[in-house]
Amino acid sequence: MKILVPVKRVVDYNVKVRVKSDQTGVDLANVKMSMNPFDEIAVEEAVRLLEAKVATEVVAVSIGPEKAQDQIRQALAMGADRGLLIKTDDEIEPLAVAKLLKAVCEAEKPDLVIMGKQAIDDDSNQTGQMLAALLGWPQGTFASKVVKDGDKVNVTREVDGGLQTVALKIPAVVTTDLRLNEPRYASLPNIMKAKKKPLDTKTPADYGVSTAPRLKVLKVAEPPKRTGGAKVDSVATLISKLKNEAGVL
Amino acid sequence: MAVLVVADHNNAALADSVAKAVTAAQKLGGDIDVLVAGSNAGAAATEASKLAGVRKVLHADDPLYGKLLAEPVAKLIVSKAAEYDAFVAPATANGKNIMPRVAALLDVMQISDAIAIESADTFVRPIYAGNAIATVQSTDPKKVVTVRTATFKAAEATGSAAIENIGAEGDPAMSSFVSEEIVKSDRPELTAAKIVISGGRALGSHENFEKLIYPIADKLGAAVGASRAAVDAGYMPNDYQVGQTGKVIAPQLYIAVGISGAIQHLAGMKDSKVIVAINKDEEAPIFQIADYGLVGDLFKILPELEAAL
Ligand SMILES: Cc1cc2nc3c(=O)[nH]c(=O)nc-3n(C[C@H](O)[C@H](O)[C@H](O)COP(=O)(O)OP(=O)(O)OC[C@H]3O[C@@H](n4cnc5c(N)ncnc54)[C@H](O)[C@@H]3O)c2cc1C
Ligand SMILES: Nc1ncnc2c1ncn2[C@@H]1O[C@H](COP(=O)(O)O)[C@@H](O)[C@H]1O
Repeated sequence: MKILVPVKRVVDYNVKVRVKSDQTGVDLANVKMSMNPFDEIAVEEAVRLLEAKVATEVVAVSIGPEKAQDQIRQALAMGADRGLLIKTDDEIEPLAVAKLLKAVCEAEKPDLVIMGKQAIDDDSNQTGQMLAALLGWPQGTFASKVVKDGDKVNVTREVDGGLQTVALKIPAVVTTDLRLNEPRYASLPNIMKAKKKPLDTKTPADYGVSTAPRLKVLKVAEPPKRTGGAKVDSVATLISKLKNEAGVL
Repeated sequence: MAVLVVADHNNAALADSVAKAVTAAQKLGGDIDVLVAGSNAGAAATEASKLAGVRKVLHADDPLYGKLLAEPVAKLIVSKAAEYDAFVAPATANGKNIMPRVAALLDVMQISDAIAIESADTFVRPIYAGNAIATVQSTDPKKVVTVRTATFKAAEATGSAAIENIGAEGDPAMSSFVSEEIVKSDRPELTAAKIVISGGRALGSHENFEKLIYPIADKLGAAVGASRAAVDAGYMPNDYQVGQTGKVIAPQLYIAVGISGAIQHLAGMKDSKVIVAINKDEEAPIFQIADYGLVGDLFKILPELEAAL
């Protein structure tokens, strides 16, 4: 079984981003960038399937700038076999990402695509579902457990109220939730080895996919500020303030 | 202009979020129909027909739709595409699962998690865990939108729309339901509750949630929530998680107990009307957004709070 893992280069999850003063976007100059946390979970799951000999090959793919190579190398250091960068400096919307990934799937013919449920920059939570739709494949979103069972994969999903397990015919798309696994740190020897693993570079044009945006960003603003910070000294004061000042009890 | 609201439900009852999605859909202008695809979901369809502002309810009743699997439901929605200009669903687990599939099949970019709708093509949505708010204009001929229900009022149950039964669309036969574990609770639902009390890593165990958090929740008629750390540690089930990647809520009162206030947690609760934080570390970031902070040991404070209520 061959697995494709799309990984996105995003702002590190510890960074609190700032909105640009001209309201055109957020300021990403000199900000730490990392692999999207959900994609690390996806790589980990794919590599575990490789180690368990359920999978035979894991290919990591990223759509982004030259520097997205760092995130692909991280996936390779975690255990993926080879990488593919589709190079572009434009911001690519989920629909166009899904179209590019569809083209990659047609060329690579994976049995499973494992990807993040959500990129922590755009917070879209769309790309996996869109890719599955475009390919005509089933989807197992928000996965907390993935078990291959013959020509099917059983995916346990985090849903409102609890968990739901679905059986998907392979080939299928799975998107990861936080509790699927805990991603490993790449060891130094593996980071060195990853430098020698193959990494191909292409462009969106190579796949004949238009990446023109469908959404026009009119403005990006700061969220309304809260004026917090007040302290109370006792439970009694707290209750009295909630009753008399805030009126919520 | 006509809008199709895709209902979330469990066949027996409509999710509370649907009435709010109807309010959001009204901001687009035009007629509003609600699709209830389910199995023996007559009760949910009847509830939908009572929502004020709804023109009619499309009711597709077939075992195929019993668990709202994305593949068959998306196929059904797309079969109705010619009749609608926009498709709206609450950003629940089902909405998030189904709608992007619909959007891709219609070749449009979905607008995820809208918190405001400014016009038929302009939407406001949080990005970067709510640290920035984007206003976007869709250039697509049809709109596919999921909405954060915390920011929309529920449509009232004063209407009486007609219910039109529609047939199933055929089984894409690529996915099937195996099993589910749904946790039943007598407390209010997290996304609908007026008061929420959440516990973090500091609670230390599920027993401590039971012993310290639940009694206060019961006295206040509150829902219980948790931080990711508390969920990861197994103190609470996953769907209690509040935050960027869990539930996004805006109750009248949010009480954060033993939660540090990471940006990912704040993303899920910072629009609450009043925030109370209880934490033993006076430097904890949660205090910066709390209206009332109480510095101290939760194991001492919670029993006092319970006794005083
Ligand atoms: C991709 C991604 C998504 C995430 N999504 C979410 C999300 O949706 N929701 C979420 O919550 N987190 C999320 N997180 C995790 C987040 O970054 C934090 O790790 C998490 O919120 C921390 O939980 P906590 O506050 O319970 O634990 P901690 O940060 O460990 O805080 C515990 C707090 O308890 C206090 N404390 C300890 N003992 C006591 C005591 N006896 N009395 C009173 N106070 C005490 C401490 O002072 C501390 O402030 C996400 C992370 C990532 C990477
Ligand atoms: N530019 C990209 N390159 C590679 N993978 C991506 C890209 N954008 C999104 N993805 C994948 O799609 C998932 C969901 O992203 P989103 O729909 O944008 O929230 C991410 O977790 C990634 O696995």
